[in-house]
Amino acid sequence: MNAQSNLGTLLTDTLANTLDVSVPLFRPELCLAATVVLLLLCRILPVLKHADSALVALGGVAFGLWYAWSDFKALPAGGDLLAGRQELFTGLLVYDSLTAYVRLLLMGFLVLYILFTKVSEIPDREDGADFYTLVLGSTLGMCLMASANHLLMVFMAIEMASVPSYALAGLLKGRKASSEAALKYAVYGAGAAGIMLYGLSLLAGVLGTCHLPSMAVELAKVAHVGSDGGSVMVLSLGGLMLAVGLAFKLSAVPFHFWCPDVFEGAAAEVGAFLSVASKAAAVALLLRVTFGLGVPAGGLGVPAGGEAAAQSLAALGETRHFMVYVVALMAAVTCTLGNLAAYGQTNMKRLLAYSTIAHAGYLMMGVAAAIAMAGVTASGTRDAVSAVAFYLGTYVFMNLGAFAIVALLRNTLRSEEISSYAGLVRTSPGIVVAMAVVLVSLIGLPPLAGFVAKFLVFSSIVEAITAGAERPLLLVLLVIGGLNTVISLFYYLRVLKVMTFDPPSDERATEPFSLVSLPGAVVTAFVLPVVGFGLFWSGLYAAAQLAGAFAS
Amino acid sequence: MDPAVSLTQPALWPLTAIVFLPALVAALLSLPIVPKAREEFIRWTTLLTTAVVFVLSLWMAWPQLFGAAGPAQFRLGEPGMQAVVKLPWIKAFGIEYLLGVDGISLPLVVLTTFLSMLAAAASWPIAKHVKAYHVLFLLLETGMLGVFVSLDFFLFYVFWEVMLLPMYFLIGIWGGPRREYAAIKFFLYTLLGSVLMLLAILMLYYSSDLRQLAPEQLLASHVVSPALDAAAQADAMRLIKDAKAPVHTFNLLALAQIGQLPTSPFAATQLWGMSLEKWAFLLLLIGFVIKVPVVPVHTWLPDAHVEAPTPISMILAGVLLKLGGYGILRICYPICPGAGLDFAWLVCGLGVVSMVYGAFAALAQKDFKRMVAYSSVSHMGYVMLGLGVWSAVAGHEYRWDAWAQGVNGAMFQMLAHGISSAGMFFMVGVLYDRVHHRNLEEFGGIFNRMPVYGGLAIAVFFAGLGLPGLCGFIGEVLVTLSSWNYSRVLAVISAFTVILTAAYILWAIQRVYLGAEYKGPHGDHLTPITPRELAIATPLVFFAILFGVAPQILFNYLTPSVNRQVETLADWTRRVHDAAPAPPAVAVGEADGRIESQGVAAR
Repeated sequence: MNAQSNLGTLLTDTLANTLDVSVPLFRPELCLAATVVLLLLCRILPVLKHADSALVALGGVAFGLWYAWSDFKALPAGGDLLAGRQELFTGLLVYDSLTAYVRLLLMGFLVLYILFTKVSEIPDREDGADFYTLVLGSTLGMCLMASANHLLMVFMAIEMASVPSYALAGLLKGRKASSEAALKYAVYGAGAAGIMLYGLSLLAGVLGTCHLPSMAVELAKVAHVGSDGGSVMVLSLGGLMLAVGLAFKLSAVPFHFWCPDVFEGAAAEVGAFLSVASKAAAVALLLRVTFGLGVPAGGLGVPAGGEAAAQSLAALGETRHFMVYVVALMAAVTCTLGNLAAYGQTNMKRLLAYSTIAHAGYLMMGVAAAIAMAGVTASGTRDAVSAVAFYLGTYVFMNLGAFAIVALLRNTLRSEEISSYAGLVRTSPGIVVAMAVVLVSLIGLPPLAGFVAKFLVFSSIVEAITAGAERPLLLVLLVIGGLNTVISLFYYLRVLKVMTFDPPSDERATEPFSLVSLPGAVVTAFVLPVVGFGLFWSGLYAAAQLAGAFAS
Repeated sequence: MDPAVSLTQPALWPLTAIVFLPALVAALLSLPIVPKAREEFIRWTTLLTTAVVFVLSLWMAWPQLFGAAGPAQFRLGEPGMQAVVKLPWIKAFGIEYLLGVDGISLPLVVLTTFLSMLAAAASWPIAKHVKAYHVLFLLLETGMLGVFVSLDFFLFYVFWEVMLLPMYFLIGIWGGPRREYAAIKFFLYTLLGSVLMLLAILMLYYSSDLRQLAPEQLLASHVVSPALDAAAQADAMRLIKDAKAPVHTFNLLALAQIGQLPTSPFAATQLWGMSLEKWAFLLLLIGFVIKVPVVPVHTWLPDAHVEAPTPISMILAGVLLKLGGYGILRICYPICPGAGLDFAWLVCGLGVVSMVYGAFAALAQKDFKRMVAYSSVSHMGYVMLGLGVWSAVAGHEYRWDAWAQGVNGAMFQMLAHGISSAGMFFMVGVLYDRVHHRNLEEFGGIFNRMPVYGGLAIAVFFAGLGLPGLCGFIGEVLVTLSSWNYSRVLAVISAFTVILTAAYILWAIQRVYLGAEYKGPHGDHLTPITPRELAIATPLVFFAILFGVAPQILFNYLTPSVNRQVETLADWTRRVHDAAPAPPAVAVGEADGRIESQGVAAR
């Protein structure tokens, strides 16, 4: 009787909590899920057969964007930073400023992305419903990645984001390269997922829980009591295996091999999706996992937890030290290898794939700085997370712009080889200027958004060095980051060189388009923010700082 | 600060117009409403824009010419920053739209606007992609001017980088046969330097703390605007003083004040066995000397100069090289005085090596333009030597006046070289336009064929040689004299370099202009100088002579600011650098000097 009533209270409490707290903060995801269902219905119901799936998707995502925006607006600015943090669905997910920011970013990206695919005409009408179902389904997984608070959720979210991507990679059904890319991606993904799952089970086995904050508590105990070498070994191994799964999503070296092949084989539209949305979600998840395991739930702002929180923060120092080394090392290698490999590419999409890999490296440098400062300075940690968030915000426009130009040029030139862009400046100077803005921003030169992003990441590394956190490692990382900027100059400029210096080839079939056209307007819409956020970045940075508040 | 108040700063619109008018016109020209075919319209618009900017800069620099002086105009004899513009830009990092000019930067601004105008006029023969060329040219002008007037390190860096891309395309599209190689080499060298500079900027930013500065220092460095009323000033200062965390800054003047504190955080922080100050100095120095350029990072310069079209060569030699020297003077020494003292041998040594190497390399060239390019390396060596001659500690007798002489000489040399090198490149370009080769061996007898041009060209080359009575002489002689106090060996070497300079210039004049008749290719194209070319060459020759016979015109601007900086740094050496190891008796003996020079610093 007593047990039954306890169960009853538990059930009603859970239900009430789910309905009152979790569901209202989960509306953007619900919008995506509803749209996916609607899109599938469109294929079945004869009434809806003629509905344009792009418009249906756009409508659904617009609702999602609206909710994501209102959630983001409702975040407490300044003052009480931890008040915004909520565990949803009995701790499976967490809602805080990072969730809100990344979700807003993803929804905003989706709106732009659907508009862009509408103009670039891949997918065609036939494939539209499938395509948008996959894209929205994958984005749903990415939203979950950004808010995962439980190892099970981490795995589920990664799979949910990945599986539709495999299908997307094979979207161009007739093309051999596309099918090959899809298969390669799927096999790599499955392998990485298997390793990660094994790592997760090791972690869960030793710590006895999958809930990230509880794991941090257990980790602190392990460090505090001083455990036998065995379990530390198992934990490190589990951590590294988890890192494999994350590295796969981030396309970090040495788990990047899928990336160039998939980008080259799949349509440029798919490349844009994988390069931007997938990257943003993966970085958010990296922050989630590293901060979830490396920082006690009380956060860095000691007042909430008092003495005990400070103690467990200190106890997790070794964990963070380990994570900084893993992330920083991977960042340095990823960045360098991505930039060096990009140098020899002749296909524009492949070049952008390596550029994506290199930028994953820069992003991870910011994450490394953030973890390094977690036990040292709370405001520094916040700055570093803000830098990463800002980077993601500008990255959306830079890469979307680059892929949009590639896709739209493909529609007129029927080629994605860099050599086919020779002398493009003579026929369509506007598009070359747009490409120049995007590529120069990717190099990281002022006054463009890419420079500000890089500046912020480097500045948080320097801040960490000045604060004395992981000094020798981060100094090396800083130098590597700087040198990489110089290396990257070569291959981005080579594209511009071909477009401007080289004489056009004679056999060009069709006239490339100008900026004064519908596709041109799309490109302009992506490129203008790259300039705008380079000159006036206070607003975006304030939003990024709000995202950074999750760490304090 | 109330935005309504700050938009009424007297210098806001003049300075902003000088910097951004070219960019604005470039943006308008790039619109599709300007047809590509209307080349004459585009050329005239560009020339007119550069002329307006030149007149604006002249209006600031020489108020008497335009009637009574307004508050935004330059007051001769005041050493401090004038016409300061201060608007918040990125509040989260304290980045400001902070502009201002003093006696060091204003002459360089006028030089830039002047040479840009002449280069725009010299761009008439450019026939390929006229519209794109002029758009990029105007963007380049904005970048150059922005560097000279920025007082915020972030803003400085932005302008510094903004120059790169237009320059890359200007060399890469409109250049000679090896233009692509030259363009990427230029870009790569400069970007490497600027990335190192960025690291130094960030290190300095995060080590700086405005709370260490006294109220009068905050006012002097425009962290708190002196234009505010007393209550607002007090509020702003309280905000800084009461901050719990360090208040970082990008303000160049404030960074200099912090760097010169006895408790400078830059000197205190250690990094890999060296103070942060020294690291920052070295990183910044590398960034700047690549631009100057000095041996061994000069190799981009001959390539870039030879491949660039004539007007771009004029800008490169006349203005871009000066950015390096300006950066060293404005940023390296004031912010990292201790490192400047310790590395004086490095700066001077680099200067002398470039001087000698550049001169020998120029002697060996067969290409006329390449020879002029190497002469730039040699001449900029004098600038480095003059900047580096730190005589303030020679045997602990404080000879700040010798250092001031060196820095004044270096500044003068930069301005003089701006005129003479732009002139030399233009003269080479005039010939190249006619005969389409630059082989020194194949010239001769030009003076007979083109007497007016020949006369002007020889005058310009003599100015480059450093003939007394022409502008090149003053700077070289001041630098050589001042280096005597620092190191006699260097002084002797730099004096002897003048002989090498004379050798390569006289030999070039002999091979090109003298001789009986022209035997090279395209001899029939050697037409007399055109009125347009004459209009560009004459002002250059005029100023080369004017500054040679009346150098006081420039020194009136330079000396107050240069001397104050040198005095402040000499005083810093006495107070801070020597105070620690020296026995107390010395410090007492110096008390009088200290009070006096503090008075100077506060002025």
